[in-house]
Formats: sequence, C-alpha cells, structure tokens
Amino acid sequence: MSAVRLPRSPKVLVGAGIVGFFVILTVVGPWLAPDNPSATIFPPNLTPSASHWLGTTTLGQDIFSQLLVGARATMVVALVAGVVATIFSMTVGVAAGYLGGKTDDGLSLLSNVFLAIPGLPLLIVIDSYLPAGGRSNAFAIGLIISLTGWAWGARVLRAQTMSLRNRDFVEAARIIGESRRRIMLFEIAPNLLPVLASSLLFTILYSIGAYVTLAYVGLTSTAVWNWGTMMFWAQANNAPLANEWYWFVPPGICIALIGTGLALMNFGIDEFINPRLRAAGLSSKVRRASGLPRRPRLGYTPVARSALRTSPTTTKIGVR
Amino acid sequence: MRMLARRLSLYVVTAWVAITVNFLLPRLMPGNPVQTLIGKMTGQITPQQVQAIRLAFGMDLNQNLWDQYMGYWHQLLLGNLGVSITLSTPVATVLASAVPWTVGLIGVSTILSFIIGTFAGALLGWFRGSRLDSIIPVATFFQAVPYFFLGTVVLLVFGSNLHWFPVLGAYSPSVTPGMHWDFVLSLIRYGQLPVITIVLSSIAGWMLGMRNMMITMIAEDFVLMAVAKGLPRRKVIMHAARNAVLPSVANLSLAIGLVVSGALLVELVFNYPGVGNLLLQAVQNEDYPLIQGIFLIITMTVLGANLLADVLYFILDPRTRTEAAV
Repeated sequence: MSAVRLPRSPKVLVGAGIVGFFVILTVVGPWLAPDNPSATIFPPNLTPSASHWLGTTTLGQDIFSQLLVGARATMVVALVAGVVATIFSMTVGVAAGYLGGKTDDGLSLLSNVFLAIPGLPLLIVIDSYLPAGGRSNAFAIGLIISLTGWAWGARVLRAQTMSLRNRDFVEAARIIGESRRRIMLFEIAPNLLPVLASSLLFTILYSIGAYVTLAYVGLTSTAVWNWGTMMFWAQANNAPLANEWYWFVPPGICIALIGTGLALMNFGIDEFINPRLRAAGLSSKVRRASGLPRRPRLGYTPVARSALRTSPTTTKIGVR
Repeated sequence: MRMLARRLSLYVVTAWVAITVNFLLPRLMPGNPVQTLIGKMTGQITPQQVQAIRLAFGMDLNQNLWDQYMGYWHQLLLGNLGVSITLSTPVATVLASAVPWTVGLIGVSTILSFIIGTFAGALLGWFRGSRLDSIIPVATFFQAVPYFFLGTVVLLVFGSNLHWFPVLGAYSPSVTPGMHWDFVLSLIRYGQLPVITIVLSSIAGWMLGMRNMMITMIAEDFVLMAVAKGLPRRKVIMHAARNAVLPSVANLSLAIGLVVSGALLVELVFNYPGVGNLLLQAVQNEDYPLIQGIFLIITMTVLGANLLADVLYFILDPRTRTEAAV
C-alpha cells in the first residue's frame, strides 16, 4: 500500500484550516492575550474599541483576553476527553467485533447502555458531586466527559471490525498462527484508521460541547477561563438582554467554528470511505473535467477515479 | 418481535444501571456529600424531612450497603424520591409539574425537526451536485453551535430586538392555564422560539443522514426501474425516499438522548418551566435529592421515547417482522 492518500476536497482543506488555526490559538493564545483575563482593572461595560477589541465585562475585565486565554482550557479538555474516549471505544469495539460470542454480547450491552443513558444529565449529576478541586482539574473533567462519550465510537468500530475479521488477510494471519492480540493490533487496527479518525473528530466535537455546557451551567471552576465560563458570566450579568453581544457572541462563534471545521474534516473522511459520496459532492465544472456526466445521472453515482489517484495525468483534474 | 424484545431488555438493563449509578454515586464521591448536606441542613429542615431524605437515599447508618440498596429500591418503587431541600416539597411532586412541559417542548421539536430534515435531505440527495448543496455547510454550522448559545442569539434578535415573539416563560401571565382556546394559543405563541431553536440545532443531522442514504439508494436497480417505467419524478423520489428513510428511523432512538441533552438548556435560556430549568436551579442550590430525581426521570423518559421509536421502526420495516417468523 502506498502512503495514506489524504482526501483533498475543498471541504477538508477549509475544515483543516479552521481547526489548525484554533490549535495554534490554543498554544499561543495565553501569550497573545493583552491583559490578565481576571484582573478587574478597567472601566466596566466598555463597548469594543481599539484598546479593548471586544470591550470589557461588568467587572471591568478585558473580554478579548478572556477569549484568547479561554481557548486553551476548552481545547485541552476536549482533546483529553476525545483521546481517552477513542482509546476506550477502540479497545471495546475491536475486542467485541473480533472476539464475538459472549465477549461481544457483554461489551455490546455495555456500550448500548451508555448510548441509551442521556449524556448531559449524567454528566451534571457526576459533576455536581465533584469537590471544588476536581472541577478546576482539566484532566478530571476530561475523564468524566470521556465516560459519556465513548459508546458511539465503540459501536461503529465494532461494526467495521466485524466486516474485517473474515477477510482473507486476517484469515491468513490466523492460519500462520499469529496471536489474537497481534491480529487485533497489527492486522485489524491499521485498517480501522479512517473510521477511527472520524470517531476521534466526532468525540472531540462532543467533548467541546459537553465541557462548554458544564461551564455554562456553572459546574466547572470559575477560576479557570474557558469559553463556557465566559458565557456563564455573560448570562449571569444579563448581557444578552442588555444587548452586550460582544460579551457572549464571540465565544459561541469560536465554538461553532471549531465544530464546523471538525465536521467538514469528517465529511472528507466519509467521502474517503464511500467514493459515491465523493462523486456526489463535485461541482459541475470538476465533473466535466473528470469525464463524468455534467449533471448527476440517475441509476448510479459514478466513482470519480480522478479523486482516487494522484498519477501525473490526473492531478490537474484532481479535486481541489 | 425478537428485535423488540431485545431492545426492551436493553432498556430494562439500562434503567437498572441508571438507578444503581444514582444509588452509588453519593456514596463513592469523596467526602460523602449527602451526609455533609444532611448535617448542614439539620437546623433548617424538619427532622421528618431529614428522615425522608435518608429514606430516599437509603442512608440508614445502621445498615450495610446491600440493605441500603434494597431500601433504596423499596422507596423508589413506592415513588419516594426524597424531599427537595430548597423547595421543601417531595421531589416527585416537583417533577410531576415540570415533566409535561419538557416532554411537550422536546417532543414537538423532535418530530418537526425529523420530518423537515428528512424531506430536505431527500431533496438534497436527489438534486446532489446542484446549488442546493450549499445548504450543507450552513446546516453543519448550526449543528455545531451549542443549543444554549443559539437560543440566546435567537432570543436576542427575534425577541428582544424585533419583538416578533414573546421571550420568557411558557404562556402569557394574563391567561389562566386550562383546557381552553386562549391558553392553547398562548402556549403556541410562547413555544415558537424555543421550538425554532431546537429544530435549527438538530435538523442538520437528519438532513445529512438522509442525503447520504438517498445517494446510496439512487444507485439501486429499483429506482432505475421506476424511472424506466415512466413514473413521474415526484413518485420516483418518494419511492427512493421511503427506502432511504429507514436508517434515519433506526437512528431516531439514538438521537433522542442527544436532543434532550441540548434542549434542557434551551429551557434555561427561555425560562421555560420544564425539567431542564429545574435541574439547573437544583445544581446551583446543591439540591442533591432533586438533581438525582431529575436524572432518573429524564433517563426513564428517554428510554420510553427510545422504545416508541423502535416500535415505529418495527412497523415501518417489514424485514424486522419476517425475521421473527423464520
């Protein structure tokens, strides 16, 4: 197999660009922030101006600084939760799908139970019992969020594993006498990569939502700045009714942008897995160039070969 | 039938897990918050109420864990969820007045969102590659916005600034609740903004799922056959859509939990008198009996809704029935 072919549709590029921007912001945000986000040193309720790009809060804090500093906590918790949940869902999903039988029954039941319990109420109950130290700990919150976010991925990975387990190459490995653990880790897992990536993106998306929601409800430490805390204070000070949009709109837009970026990247992965979707998303100009009918025709959705290969003859008409 | 029986047993196990988690959580958490709470509250609430909370949590100090667990079940089956600390009313009573609001709001929004989203998705899938495709990123954006944020923006724009809709509460304070026309009209007027918010946030999932299924479905021979027979386009689309909608219906039971989670916060934004609003007040006041009661009632309601969705799927897909006959 050649190197992994990364999908290069415009959706993926835009998505990756947005996500990349916020990842950089996570790293440099707190250094770029002009002021201490907690310092109540400015006149209260300033509207946006050159010295305070997003104005100040009722307490006289610089909102732009809060936004920049808040990026880090939001992203770190989401990443912790996303990675932990994905590792867990991969372990459960691959084991259930490959081993089958009683193991599968037990593990599937476990993930179905977690899918059926509504996540947010469970999160709120667990979090409300956390002592104050736990609420300011990004790792603890991330772990709790991952507890409610792993089941979906486990289900998808199980289905994919089941479709792989009887393929010839797995059969061959079994006949050679490879151990079950080796087959799961080195034969099956690499072929789950696209599904795994999609599951990771989805879980991170979920975790951002869950963390911000917990913060908005007031269940994370108010000493830690994140975008949810910002909206919590904005709501508590009636910013929406006082028309102080510059206080509560920017964090919401940031969350929505990251979410859109992650979802766009996910579309790319979907199209990578299902070539028919790829052809369906092409514009008519690209279609003509790749020799496909200009309007999508009935009866079948062609697989756009040009999007699959990157040989010299096709790169110029490749999907850009 | 086998499929329904399997699902039903899953929900029974899930209910058991939720109840057991509810029982164990206060005991597992560091510092035993309920014990501390009872100690703190002893001066403020009557000894009878303390006893009721102890009973509902199964916290009889002289018993071992297993007996406490049995006691907890016993009280639960009697409908005793304890007493709300801040409201000094039995939790079951508080919940009985809040649950209908939430079920109504989320039920109406979910049905609307599913129907509109599925129709739109079917059209998007049929006319794939056309200008309609530009709806997809927009819908994705709305899906990525947290429900409560979208609610706040909708409230600000259409309620406070344009004054198109009333903004806070579930009905006009000048109308007395009851089964008469004025009240129903007021309910609809006040419900519009919350419903719009929930529909906007949840519609993208249905739309995209349906679009992708539709694209796969169009490649099937039976669609080509329908066109070859010369059926009008409207009929062909319906024909394909009816088959493409099945996975969406199968996903309905999964999605309900997600929608409920988001919609609870919409209640907070619009000050809707439902369970979500109650939950957040309970969290702010550290009213543990109320928090736990709400968690139980939400979980049970979601499980009930899941079962309904499964029954719907069972009715719609004949294959689930023939499988049972074999």
